[in-house]
Amino acid sequence: MQTTFTVNGKNVTLEAAPNTLLVQALREQMQLTGTHVGCDTAQCGACTVLMNGNAIKSCNVLLAQAQGAQITTIEGLANADGSMHPMQEAFKNCHGLQCGFCTPGMVMSAVNLCAQKPEASTQDIRHMLEGNLCRCTGYQNIVVAVQQGAAAMKA
Amino acid sequence: MYTFTYERPTSLQQALALIDAGGQALGGGQTLLASMKQRLHNPEQLVDLSQVPELQGIRQQGNAWVVGAFCRHQDVASHAGLKAALPGLAHLAEGIGDRQVRAMGTLGGSVANNDPAACYPSAVLALGATVHTNQRSIAADDFFQGLYTTALDAGELITAIEFPVAQRAAYAKFKQPASRFALVGVFVAQTASGVRVAITGAGNGVFRHAGLEAALSQSFTPEAVEQVVIDDQDLNGDLHASAQYRAHLIKVQTQRAVQQALA
Repeated sequence: MQTTFTVNGKNVTLEAAPNTLLVQALREQMQLTGTHVGCDTAQCGACTVLMNGNAIKSCNVLLAQAQGAQITTIEGLANADGSMHPMQEAFKNCHGLQCGFCTPGMVMSAVNLCAQKPEASTQDIRHMLEGNLCRCTGYQNIVVAVQQGAAAMKA
Repeated sequence: MYTFTYERPTSLQQALALIDAGGQALGGGQTLLASMKQRLHNPEQLVDLSQVPELQGIRQQGNAWVVGAFCRHQDVASHAGLKAALPGLAHLAEGIGDRQVRAMGTLGGSVANNDPAACYPSAVLALGATVHTNQRSIAADDFFQGLYTTALDAGELITAIEFPVAQRAAYAKFKQPASRFALVGVFVAQTASGVRVAITGAGNGVFRHAGLEAALSQSFTPEAVEQVVIDDQDLNGDLHASAQYRAHLIKVQTQRAVQQALA
């Protein structure tokens, strides 16, 4: 079946079987491999992308459910000149990662939480990142990065 | 996942025809797709309800709020009118799963699935809500029938749930931290006809507790439930919590819910 949607600002039509997951289409058909598959059971959040402005887990959504939707992946965040999005910059500056596997999902979730709640407190950030697991950092620097990124996004 | 066909009807009539012919209703898919990936479910056809206008929307109707079956958890959590009238229900929706799940998951999907540790069934039961389907209206007390079982017939679809406004209501969940389902969740509602207490996560399915209801109907205070005996005989015990611990949590979470309702 055909699905037409927008990915990182480009209109795309994909032909895929109905049981194709959104993350499979992004990674395997569009080669957007920045979106990771961690647990494949909708728990870890590594596959988080934005769908119509909401953070969602692309391993637990069918491509067909994205018909007509606006999708943003980690590849869609950087500026046209290749410079980093303020949230990416903040993760780099604050060392908000170690192995980096969860980072694309963390960054997408963080960008979205700042859009939904620009004045998020540390406690809000921890609550709102509940759907993203990191097995390296203990979250300390991630939370600091999100705070810095939030400030930079407002500036 | 096994293969299946996929339909996206744009009216209730179309959706019902597909479901009547054996199609499996798809809400947000947050439980259904995960269980299909594990091959626990093998529907031949999914019927995506996202474009059915009759299942959308939150509206006030007399002294009740009617929430469309396709309303996503985040819509319920953030609806200003509903939040003011039934803060306990909005708070419950705000705590389901995580933010990504709440952006997809729907009220109808959760209630139709009747997971024994899901949050929504406790609100539906404690508030004495009415489940509207394409065929009839079902009282919450008759709707939930234990482990993943409801009064819904084959081909019957939840269209909306009508929640009467309570004098006071609150939900207190003790989370299983990995799954974020309720290890024990207690929804307490003080209504004109007495207090109703519905418990999720602890048993074979959501259930009311007569002892807690009687004590709280006499005195709606956390202290009132102190002497209530919670029998652990029929409660779940697993690697996360023993039946005795769940029984203890029922009392503690009831007290917390009452505190919240009074705040």
